[in-house]
Amino acid sequence: MARDTEVLVLGGGSTGCGIARDLAMRGLEVTLVERGNLTDGTTGRMHGLLHSGGRYAVSDQASATECIEENEVLREIAGHCVEETGGLFVQRPEDSDDYFREKLEGCRECGIPARVLSGSEAREVEPYLADDVKRAIEVPDGAVDPFRLCVANAIDAENHGARVETHAEVIDLLRDGDDIYGVEVRHDSGPGKRTHATPGTTEEITAEYVVNATGAWAGQIGAMADLEIAVRPSKGVMTIMNVRQVDTVINRCHPKGDADIIVPHETTAILGTTDEEVSDPDDYPEERWEVDQMIDTLSELVPILEEARTIRSFWGVRPLYEPPGTGTQDPTDITRDFFLLDHADRDGVAGMSSIVGGKFTTYRMMAEDIADHVCEKLGVSTTCATADEPLPGSENIATLEAGMDDFGLRSPVARRSRQRLGSRAREVLETDEPNPVICQCEGVTLAEINDAIAQSGTDLNAVRIRTRASMGNCQGGFCCQNMANELHPEYDEETVREALDELFQERWKGERHALWGEQLSQAMLNYALHATTMNRDRDPASATSDVDFAAFDGGSH
Amino acid sequence: MAMEDDVLVIGGGLAGTTAALAAADQGAQVRLVSHKQSTLRHASGLIDVLGYTPAGDGPLVDPFDALANLPEGHPYERVGLETVREALSFFDEIAGDTYEGGHTDANALVPTHGGTVKPTARYPASTAAGLASDDRDTLLVGFETLPDFEAPLAAAHLEAAGAPFAARGVTIRFPGIVRDDAKVTRYAHLLDHDETVETAAGKTTARDALADIVRSQLEEEARVGFPAILGDEHTNTVRDDLAERLGVDVFEVPMGPPSLPGLRLEDLLYEALEDAGVRVTTGVPVVEYETTDDGRIDHVVVDRNGTEIPHRAAEYVLATGGLVGKGVRSERERVFEPIFDCHVPHPADRYDWFVDDVFGDQPYARFGLPVDRELRPLDVGDEPVFSNLRAAGAVLGGYDFAAEKSGSGVSLATGYVAGQRAGTEAGR
Repeated sequence: MARDTEVLVLGGGSTGCGIARDLAMRGLEVTLVERGNLTDGTTGRMHGLLHSGGRYAVSDQASATECIEENEVLREIAGHCVEETGGLFVQRPEDSDDYFREKLEGCRECGIPARVLSGSEAREVEPYLADDVKRAIEVPDGAVDPFRLCVANAIDAENHGARVETHAEVIDLLRDGDDIYGVEVRHDSGPGKRTHATPGTTEEITAEYVVNATGAWAGQIGAMADLEIAVRPSKGVMTIMNVRQVDTVINRCHPKGDADIIVPHETTAILGTTDEEVSDPDDYPEERWEVDQMIDTLSELVPILEEARTIRSFWGVRPLYEPPGTGTQDPTDITRDFFLLDHADRDGVAGMSSIVGGKFTTYRMMAEDIADHVCEKLGVSTTCATADEPLPGSENIATLEAGMDDFGLRSPVARRSRQRLGSRAREVLETDEPNPVICQCEGVTLAEINDAIAQSGTDLNAVRIRTRASMGNCQGGFCCQNMANELHPEYDEETVREALDELFQERWKGERHALWGEQLSQAMLNYALHATTMNRDRDPASATSDVDFAAFDGGSH
Repeated sequence: MAMEDDVLVIGGGLAGTTAALAAADQGAQVRLVSHKQSTLRHASGLIDVLGYTPAGDGPLVDPFDALANLPEGHPYERVGLETVREALSFFDEIAGDTYEGGHTDANALVPTHGGTVKPTARYPASTAAGLASDDRDTLLVGFETLPDFEAPLAAAHLEAAGAPFAARGVTIRFPGIVRDDAKVTRYAHLLDHDETVETAAGKTTARDALADIVRSQLEEEARVGFPAILGDEHTNTVRDDLAERLGVDVFEVPMGPPSLPGLRLEDLLYEALEDAGVRVTTGVPVVEYETTDDGRIDHVVVDRNGTEIPHRAAEYVLATGGLVGKGVRSERERVFEPIFDCHVPHPADRYDWFVDDVFGDQPYARFGLPVDRELRPLDVGDEPVFSNLRAAGAVLGGYDFAAEKSGSGVSLATGYVAGQRAGTEAGR
């Protein structure tokens, strides 16, 4: 029977997009479906740490070794998504000397470059570290933009012929006896680029092979074909500061614990995190104490955090998994390793494998393993090229940097745009049209917004993750509507209005967790701008009853 | 050396300047101190009184009907309906012909840059020809370098709102703007001074060049709306000139920050303060206060470039703004008024300060001081904190100005009452 595609990948996170890219580069016909936007699951809800492996150097040396290898690969293939910040494992007076020594030895055993700094040397690197910080181990941790990295994988998969469908939720696995042969999806607004206010449709997509890369949601997918996949989703909070209190990744050097990392990320610093098992990855409490704990505990490392401004908090859900019978109680003790579950071997149901566990830094290596497995199943003998071929935006980046101009932009804006776009900068920014700044906080210009709209239709959250527009201090209060404006005239007014409402509400979701001090003032200002002047809260165009215009003041002339 | 005045107003926004003018009107010697730039530059320049009831009904044709039925504690309920009318008349005198809307009790619906309409009691004369109840067809003109106003989208939005006219939008290049990120004041300056600009046809003036481009786009429309950048100092002349060249009425569409109509209103008010003899000191925070034995404020201390200067007055008006103006502040565990530590009612848990719908009934939007009918801040036991302190404007609690579209009206009405009472008391 003819199938719609050779391989169908479920899930548009880093793993799914990595697999789609890998297989497409090997010449296979690939379709990827994702329930929401790319990165909407766990990938877009992580702290942005590019592991050196240091965090696992004592507890899990196999993972640590993989991390340092992949860390080096990603610097090469995704340079435009990585910031080489370096990292410190910081020891406070009450932290164990033995553990500090084990950490240092572990790093060396795993091939992670590591150097000890005295307390004062560490404070020279990071002046806001607490005065009583005893010493630190310097490692090559980095910061990575998970949004742009994931999107770059999807774009490259498409460049190699893949079909990538976002806002296409799997509503059923197609199973014939002991064979899974595809899925049924519900398109939020029809297939192709998302367009608000367009009615949904359903579609059956058949495939030679299905890869379930839905992470924390893998169990829900499995259940559609009566397969039990016991993922153990574990939530963690991340709190975003409005500036970078540190330019280096700061880790607490202790065996394990909550609130022990600060990652500088673009214009912000991200505090993390917690580790608490949840039953439903879509529905779990987001609580005040978690945010308070980030600030209170991490202030022990960087005291100015106590008084600093946070702009939002968000939670992510780790797709933890351990084989049946392991019985680990504390989620912090569950391995960060990944597992490939071939349902033919495990459950006697052919045509699908699930991938669970794992971590962002090693997404490419995981994807390679799975792609190898799929190729073996399909009798394909091509080999993986993803470790050597740069992602779109990172081709020849060093030589391109040299020849870069500012494209008529003020230099801070040009610099930030170039960093985001990498080798795509010229293609995107070189324009004869006026190119005003749309998002002042993050320095995003009209040309960059339009480039993102061309990729993702009316979905302004998809524009946001590609550009960082609306992700700065004002959380979109000043720029949301200007982003939406650019959807017109390609999309009609009602569609634009719906797209704007969705983005504004999404920004509010995270801001709710930062509502005190400066950010509460900012929230009130944003509310006033949108409700008072623009009357967006009581917009007559969205109201159910008509306005009797003739009854109002028609002027005195 | 202490400053001595009859009335000291703290805060330089709409409420503070109105209070100072009202106090001066009573013959008092008035001083106004302010710390930061006022929030007027964020505001549209529209003087709204009440566009929607607290329950969300509206847009209200007649705000005064609804004013009689507001809940206890709402600032309008505190001062009473007639006072709101008096305050508006007081404003009308100050504003003269720069504002319109005083000919009727009915609200006007003014098109704004978001593309919808906003109910307001008074509006700058520059917006008058654009009212949405006027059924003349409309051309909206936007500029390629000004992404805050997408004219074709705004026109479509007006039609979706049911406006009784055909609206069409065009986007043009603004003659003389060479930088893509030019500030709105640059546009205004070009037009104010009718600067020489370079066009394809050669050298001409900014107003001529703009009119030429718009004329080529104009069809049967009887009026043309521009984003609110039509001059700053000479806005009437700029508008009249363009109207004459185009042969149709010209109006402005209020914009977000920085807002020229807001800045023009600020200029208007500060000129009035100067005319009224009010002494104004800006850039100085109030950092401390002292009370007398009988519980009155004796003096406040102002920080002037690091020097602490006592300011003594018989009566004080607190008009420091709300959360945006920082007259109300917050920390993780509390919401407070930073100068006198007046009582600000709020739920103990900050997760009860908001609701999940961004445009829902937001508790934080109502944060502010409870006051008696004299506008004196009340303590937890509902007693006035100081007999000679009154509060006005957004520092007051119990209302959501953004949802009700009542911010300017409350500032005017409470500023007027606080200033008038302070002026009267000080004269005794």
